Amino acid sequence: MTRPAEGHDPQPLFELIEVEKVYMVRRPGSVFSTAKVGLPALDGVRLKIRKGASVAIVGESGSGKSTLLRVLLGLTRPTEGRALYQGRPIDEVRAEGREFARQVAMVYQDARGSLNPRMTIGALIAEPLRHFAICPETDLPARVKALLARVGLPAEVADRYPSALSGGQVRRVAIARALASEPTVLVADEAVSGLDVSTQAQLLNLLRRLQREMALTLVFITHDLGVASYLCEDIAIMYLGRIVETGPTNAVLNAPAHPYARALRRAAPEFFAPITEPLPGEIPSPLDLPPGCRFSGRCDRVQPDCHLSDPALLRFGGPAANRAAACFYPLTESPTAPQKRDIHA
Amino acid sequence: MMDAAPPAVVPTRRPRTRRSLFLRRPFFTLALIVALGFVLCAAFAPLIAPYNPTLQSIEAMMVPPGGEHVLGTDSYGQDILSRIIYGARYALVIAFFAILIGATGGLVLGTAAGLTTGKVEWVLMRLIDSILALPSLILAIAVIAILGQGVDKVVIAVGISMIGPFSRTVRADVLQVSSQLFVEAAGLMSISRLTVIRRHILPNIAFPLAVQITVRVSEAILVSSSLSFLGIGVTPPTPDWGLMIAEGRGFVSFAPWMSGMPGMALALLLIALAIVGDGIREEFDPKMRGGQ
Repeated sequence: MTRPAEGHDPQPLFELIEVEKVYMVRRPGSVFSTAKVGLPALDGVRLKIRKGASVAIVGESGSGKSTLLRVLLGLTRPTEGRALYQGRPIDEVRAEGREFARQVAMVYQDARGSLNPRMTIGALIAEPLRHFAICPETDLPARVKALLARVGLPAEVADRYPSALSGGQVRRVAIARALASEPTVLVADEAVSGLDVSTQAQLLNLLRRLQREMALTLVFITHDLGVASYLCEDIAIMYLGRIVETGPTNAVLNAPAHPYARALRRAAPEFFAPITEPLPGEIPSPLDLPPGCRFSGRCDRVQPDCHLSDPALLRFGGPAANRAAACFYPLTESPTAPQKRDIHA
Repeated sequence: MMDAAPPAVVPTRRPRTRRSLFLRRPFFTLALIVALGFVLCAAFAPLIAPYNPTLQSIEAMMVPPGGEHVLGTDSYGQDILSRIIYGARYALVIAFFAILIGATGGLVLGTAAGLTTGKVEWVLMRLIDSILALPSLILAIAVIAILGQGVDKVVIAVGISMIGPFSRTVRADVLQVSSQLFVEAAGLMSISRLTVIRRHILPNIAFPLAVQITVRVSEAILVSSSLSFLGIGVTPPTPDWGLMIAEGRGFVSFAPWMSGMPGMALALLLIALAIVGDGIREEFDPKMRGGQ
């Protein structure tokens, strides 16, 4: 039985259904009490990632981006909800064997820290090649050389140690190492942040080229909207452990529906324009969420009923059916925009 | 297919312009020469020593330094210089094997304590604490009391007493290394735990362990000499420095060279080893670099 084609893959590569992750922490301020309280790092996250897609996950620090990443990689198990890879729980797939580890590669934000300082670049890249038995032992040097060339590094680098390379080069090595296992999914955590602009541009071009050539599925965590719009077709904006808006990157950034997305968009500095008013207030502690909508405390369009119930991430109707926002009063009007409908209710 | 992105410019490795270690640290160099001198004495003792170290002579009892016996003789007429040269052999051999036992035991125990969690970690840590609770000399005396005297027993006793400090530092290093990102990255690649330990954790704790070894050699020598001084270490007439100091103790008022000469040799070696150990640590330990 085949499902009718709907223009997109019926089974997404990754699917997060109402994923919650609660960390038990000691109540802040209590010195002697060992009573633990739950800290929801992820709270009802829904996300689908198609094969071949490129998704940017954007949000302030503390919004749960890294926890989402750990769930996607199968490093932590969600406390509630389901995290699926090709329809099966991620932690199960990971526990089964090397296949998931080979398919899903990771580029860390701290590329230098993710490379063993006592191994040469050649040995570091050869490690996944050998581990996943990608090529016979005799082809290893040639393969390492090809991978280095692919990320634009000369072959001599193979004999160096990570400490002898610059920040940009170390990132390239980390990318080469991630590509060594011939993955289908590349997960990158702030892979270009903290580099100077020219290096950043080179790496972004490299990632875009690799994504096209190797048909990679790219999950890119960033706080830079410019990077997101350059590299990724889709965007998911997170706030306090929940995705507040998703959709095609350009549509979302051009006409944000969620007030938080608009605020982020406005906070990005632009040429020849004064920086607009920043968001008022601080991001609230996840231990102490405001009642109702979690953004209501900082929202400039807050209505009385925003404090009463929590809006769910709902799809838009009509032409913008690939967008969704968790807001009762979205900024972008669409014909059948869902109003005040909470599926939890 | 493998079209290259514009190659990044890799700076060629800068030639080392810093002056040689030996010129920058004259005391380190001097101490290294002294320590190596002792090692050479120990290695070629039969060629260097003018007399048989255990040859007793009724005519040459308590001869003061100078003349035929450069450092004098003891109450049995044994040549002190020869005994010191042979004593270096015992001191260094005992220290070497004791450190071997201590470092191996510390490596195993410390790595295990650093990598386990929960009850196993608790048990291992209490075991390490209980070794650490007693000063090394007291613990060594306790082991000697069980095993009896002799060079091999001293090695075991001193070795066991060193396991505690070694495991402490090894555990701290293991904790520090295993919290690093490359260990998580290896886990992400589903590389097995044992391979991660062997390939990523152990190589990164080997260097701090080597530094620890250079620092603790002198402690091992001191504890073994103390055991002999107390009369529970090696048995006479073995030429051991601690034993020689003990034997000369009764004659200190009129033949001070009997205790003084081996004491000086011991002090000289310990100071030299301490300076060498400190120099190596300061030079190569990345944690100490910032403080310079």
